[in-house]
Amino acid sequence: MTTNTDFRTCPDTGLLFHKPAETLMKLNAVAAVVFLLVGGIMGLGVGLTRWPAVHLLPADLFYLVLTSHGINVLIFWIIFFEVAVLYFCSSTLLRCRLATPRWAWLGFFLMIIGAITNNVSVLQGQSSVMMTSYVPMAAEPGFYLGLILFAVGALIAVFVFFGTLVVAREERTYEGSVPLVTFGAIVAAIIAVFTIASGAIILIPTLLWKLGYIASIDPAMYRIIWWAFGHSSQQINVAAQVAVWYAIATVVFGAKPLSEKVSRGAFLLYILFLQLASAHHILVDPGVSSEWKIFNTSYAMYLAVMASMIHGLTVPGSIEAAQRKRGFDKGLFEWLRKAPWGNPTFSAMFLSLIIFGFLGGISGVVMGVEQINLIIHNTIYVPGHFHATVATGTTLAFMALTYWLVPVLFRREMIFKNVAKWQPYIFGIGMSGVSLFMMGAGTLGVPRRHWDMAMSGAAMPYDFPATAYTLMGLAGMSVVVAVIGGALFCLLIVGSLLFGKKLGNQKYHEPLIAEPITDYEGIGMGKIAIPGTFALAMVFLLSFVLYYFVNWKYLASTWGLS
Amino acid sequence: MSTLSPPPKRIWWNEPIERVELIWIALVLIWGLIMTFMMPYWHVVGKQNLSNEAYRTTPEVYMAKAQAVVDKYTIRTETDRQYPVVKPPVGSDIYLVARLWEWWPIFELEVNKSYRLHLSSMDWQHGFSLQPANINIQVLPGYELVVTVTPNKSGEYSIICNEFCGIGHHTMVGKIYVK
Repeated sequence: MTTNTDFRTCPDTGLLFHKPAETLMKLNAVAAVVFLLVGGIMGLGVGLTRWPAVHLLPADLFYLVLTSHGINVLIFWIIFFEVAVLYFCSSTLLRCRLATPRWAWLGFFLMIIGAITNNVSVLQGQSSVMMTSYVPMAAEPGFYLGLILFAVGALIAVFVFFGTLVVAREERTYEGSVPLVTFGAIVAAIIAVFTIASGAIILIPTLLWKLGYIASIDPAMYRIIWWAFGHSSQQINVAAQVAVWYAIATVVFGAKPLSEKVSRGAFLLYILFLQLASAHHILVDPGVSSEWKIFNTSYAMYLAVMASMIHGLTVPGSIEAAQRKRGFDKGLFEWLRKAPWGNPTFSAMFLSLIIFGFLGGISGVVMGVEQINLIIHNTIYVPGHFHATVATGTTLAFMALTYWLVPVLFRREMIFKNVAKWQPYIFGIGMSGVSLFMMGAGTLGVPRRHWDMAMSGAAMPYDFPATAYTLMGLAGMSVVVAVIGGALFCLLIVGSLLFGKKLGNQKYHEPLIAEPITDYEGIGMGKIAIPGTFALAMVFLLSFVLYYFVNWKYLASTWGLS
Repeated sequence: MSTLSPPPKRIWWNEPIERVELIWIALVLIWGLIMTFMMPYWHVVGKQNLSNEAYRTTPEVYMAKAQAVVDKYTIRTETDRQYPVVKPPVGSDIYLVARLWEWWPIFELEVNKSYRLHLSSMDWQHGFSLQPANINIQVLPGYELVVTVTPNKSGEYSIICNEFCGIGHHTMVGKIYVK
C-alpha cells in the first residue's frame, strides 16, 4: 500500500515526488551524466584525431574511440536521461505513485549491465564496428548482447511509465487531460516501443549470426531495419526534447501553450510520421525504389518536419506571450532582450531551440531529399548535421532541465553559479562550430568515420583542397571548446550533488518556478500576439528555402546520373 | 504550471487557435508540398537521379564480369600494384569492384559520354565517393547497382571509400580519368 510518507512535496514548486520514483529518477539522471562524461572524453579523442594538424590517435584506437563515443552519447547518455524524464512526467507531474518500482529497478540494472557489457566489449578492441555495426562486419557477441540487455531494460522502463499513467487514471490523481509535457513524454514513449522492437528484430538475429546459429544476414535488410531503430531513437529524443522545451517555458516564464490543440496535434504528427523517416538513410542504397524513398521522405517526413516547425513557433511564441504579459511588450524583441540570459536553465534551452532549428533542422531536411543525398551521403556533413540536432539540441535541452532538477529533485544548491552561467554558451557555441565546420568539410567531400583524410599509405591518394583541411582544423578546435563546455557541465552537476548546499525542506532563496500566466489578452502588435517570434520564424523559413535551393544548384553542377 | 499541469479547460480542443499559428501552419504546409513536388520533378527534368536498377549477385559472378571487361579493354597499368587502366567503349557496361581496400580497376572515360557503371562489393560494405564531383553511393556485398554516369568535366577523379571498412579504410582510393 502507498502511504503519505512515501511522498515528498517540493517546498518551492509544489511538485509531489513519490520517493521510489525520486530515487530512480536521480539514479537514471546520474548514470546519464556519467555516460555523457565517458562519451565526451571519447569525443575529444575523435576530434583531436580528425584535426589534421594534431592527428592524435593511431587508426585502430581511433575507430575504437569513435565506436565508443557514438554509443555512449547517442544511446546511453540520452536514454538514461529519458527514463528519468519519463518517470518525472508520469509519477511527478500526475502526482501519483510509480507503478511497480521493482520492475523499474530491474530495468535500471539491465540498462547498467547492458551499457557496461557493451563498453567492455568495445574497449577490448575487437568490436570497433561503429554504432551502426553494419553486417557483414562483425563485433564480439558482448557488443550485441550489451545493447540487447540495455534495450530490454529501457523497454521495461517504458512500460513502467505506461503503467504509471494507468495508475494515475485509476486513482484519479489528476483531472481532465494529462499535462502537455506528459503528453510529449507519452509520444516519446510510444516511439520508444517501436524503436526498441526494431532494434531487437535486427540485433538478436545479428547476435545469433555472430554465434553461428544463422548463416548470413542480408546487408540491405540489415540497414533498413537497423535504421528503423537508429533513426527512430532520435525521434524519441526530439519528442522528449520538445517536451523539455515546453516544461522550461513554464518553469522560467510561467508560460502556457498558445493553444493546447496545436501543440498536442504537432506531437501527434511525430507518432504518425516520424519513424518512417528512417528511409532517408537508405537514399543511395541499391535495391530500394525511388517511389519508396520519395514516399517515405516527403509525405511521411515533411509532416513530421511540420510538427517540429510548429513547436519551433509555439515554444518561443509562448515565452514571448508570457514575457509580454509581464510587461516586456515593447517593440519586436524586448521580450527576448529582457529574458534571463544568465540563468543556465533558460539559456541552454533557448540555444538548444535555435541551434536545433537553424543548423540541425534545415540541414536534416536538405540532406533527406532523395537526389541531394547523393552529394552528402556518408560525408562528414552527416555528423555535422546530427551534432546540431542531438549533441546540441537534445543534449542542451537535457542540460537545461538538469540545472533545474539539481535544486528541485536533488535538493542541492548549484556550486559555482558563475561558471554554470557560462557553461551553456561554451558548449553551445563549441558544438555549433563542430556542426558548421563539419558540414562545410562535407560539402567538399571529406568522408565521415575516416582516420586520415591525407590517405597515407594509399597507392593513389586523393588530395583534398586546402579549405577542407582548414575546415577540419576549425572543427577540431571547436571540439575542444565543446568538450570543455561538456566537462564543465558534468563537473558542475556531480560537484553540486556531492558538495552543493543541502536544501532539505527549506524554501530556496529565489523562486524555482515562475508564477503562471493565465491568459494572453491584450499583448503584441495589432492583431498579432507574438510578432517577434513570427519575425524569427520568417527568417528561419527564408533561410530554409534559400539553403534548400542552393543545394539543388550544387547538385545540378555534378556528373549526370540516371 | 500550465505545461506541467492538466489544461485548465477540460474541453481544450474546442478553444480557438492563435492566428499566428494558423498562418505559420499554412506556410509550412505549402513549403512541405513544394519540397514534396521537387523530388518527382527532378526525376523528370533533372540530370542527377540515382538509378533503380539493381540485381542480386555474388562476388564470384560479379568478379568474372569485371575481369572480362578488364581483359578486353586494358590499355596500360599504373602504380606498383599494376592497376589496369581500362578504356571501355562509350555506352558499355563497366564493372567497378569494391574490396578491402581498393577500388578496381581504373577507368578512362570520355567527357560528356555515358557509361553503365556497375557497383558491388566483394566483402564488407563500402562507400563509393567520387571526388571532387562529390557523388556518394552505398555499395553492398551481394547487390549490384547499375547507374548510368555522364562525366561533365574532364580531369582526374578519385574514388574514396566513405563507409567504414576496417583498419585500411583510409587507403581505399581508386581513380577515374575523364578525357
